Amino acid sequence: MRSRLDVAFGLAYRQSTILLKNPSLLLPPMLFPLANFIAFAGGLSRLRHVPGFDFSGGYTGFQFVFVLLQSAVFGGVFTGFGIARDFERGFAKRLLVSAPQRSGLIIGYGLAALFRWSLIAIALTTVALIAGMQVGGSGIDLFGLYALAVIFNQVGLLWACGVAMRFRTSQAAPLMQTPVFLTLFLAPVYVPLHLLQGWIHGVARLNPYTRLLEAGRGLLEGQPTEIASAFLTAALLAVVFALWARTGLTRAERAG
Amino acid sequence: MTDTAHQVLLIARRSLVRTARQPGTWIPPLAFPLILMAVNSNGLRAATHLPGFPTKSFLAFFVPFSFMQGALFASGIAGTDLARDIDTGFLNRLALTPVRGSALLLGQIGGVLGLGAAQAVIYLSVALAFGVHIDAGAGGAILILVLALGAAAGFGTLGLWIALRTGSAEGVQSMFPLLFFLLLLSSMNLPRNLIEVSWFRDIATANPVSYMIEALRSLVIEGWNLEALALGFGVTIGLTAVSLLLASRQLRVRMART
Repeated sequence: MRSRLDVAFGLAYRQSTILLKNPSLLLPPMLFPLANFIAFAGGLSRLRHVPGFDFSGGYTGFQFVFVLLQSAVFGGVFTGFGIARDFERGFAKRLLVSAPQRSGLIIGYGLAALFRWSLIAIALTTVALIAGMQVGGSGIDLFGLYALAVIFNQVGLLWACGVAMRFRTSQAAPLMQTPVFLTLFLAPVYVPLHLLQGWIHGVARLNPYTRLLEAGRGLLEGQPTEIASAFLTAALLAVVFALWARTGLTRAERAG
Repeated sequence: MTDTAHQVLLIARRSLVRTARQPGTWIPPLAFPLILMAVNSNGLRAATHLPGFPTKSFLAFFVPFSFMQGALFASGIAGTDLARDIDTGFLNRLALTPVRGSALLLGQIGGVLGLGAAQAVIYLSVALAFGVHIDAGAGGAILILVLALGAAAGFGTLGLWIALRTGSAEGVQSMFPLLFFLLLLSSMNLPRNLIEVSWFRDIATANPVSYMIEALRSLVIEGWNLEALALGFGVTIGLTAVSLLLASRQLRVRMART
């Protein structure tokens, strides 16, 4: 166990140092959710006047939860790009040879993804509060919201890690991010679920991300709904994608 | 055919063939705007219930955004290809030949226009297939294609300038989010008079991209709105002219024959 944690912390330290020393790696993932937040919360706030729009925390808060979860999962996916880059440059092969407990590598990348996202989350929350976001939830509610985002961050990392370890090239980047992007936008992004019409309503109802989004919005609003279901869904996704990442690591080990 | 025209044709053909040979390059610019069109036109349909919203179909309202997004992708492709030419030394080798700088630029823009035309026809066909009615009729549809090509030329030339300026594919790609941000800060999702937040409305009003989108949109949902068209074409021509000027100057520096 100890050697596994040593590997994890060593790798997480390396990834985080690279991130901090390269603004080109740090800034785009930070600016992307901020840009989305500004565009959605600023440009679409009139949507709160649509008949049936019942979120009491204001449109800024409504969009904040979406962008917070989006930044979390993309924080994981962007870390996946780094894993692919490590394979391309041969660093990952040396890691595979030298690490006494290879599953520590996934934990290490997971810690690095968490560090990356925590920087984005701080910036995003600060901007949202400056923009006048109304927070109706208690401290415990907010803890729940950020806990959901942390799990979602790890889900994103585990998915991208599985892809990166199977393909071991940066060219797999679209495969890492496109399904995630689609999953995010096939949910009630702009208005609550009951206001969606047509096929997207059916798809959004089945989309597991919708549960997380609605629970997150309830927590920010101070009216928690379906919290157990959301955490169960998030935990289930984490378990499934942990298996996906672990089997990806096995394939990378076999490939040598 | 003059020498320059022949050079333009050769370079445009190279640019098109090069793009066509890399499906990973042209499939996302074709598919992504269509996916976003499908998702957003349904996800934002509730906006049509707002008092004063100009149409009952959000798809009709949103279609012009796809043309702009396609133009933006085309700029990324053109810029990245030229940056790669600089990176691999192709541009330096080209500088040793009698090829004219203007032919190089126009040829590259020709390649962008080829991709832009394919994109515009596909987006318009999909919109029509899903029931969008062009209020300005067949003439309006043709004008939409012309304006979409103009936007592709404008953004494409801007992409060429960035490539010539930075000389690296990473440089071009890092500018893409900034240009995309210009789209997000426009009237892409709501008409400007319905944007509630005043600072956002002011930015959207100052943002030239809003006028390009509104010109395209006017043909789809209003018919012939001459003011919107004049502003849209004015901005498009202005963008192309300024980008061309910047790119020509930068090209002279890059192709300095010593």
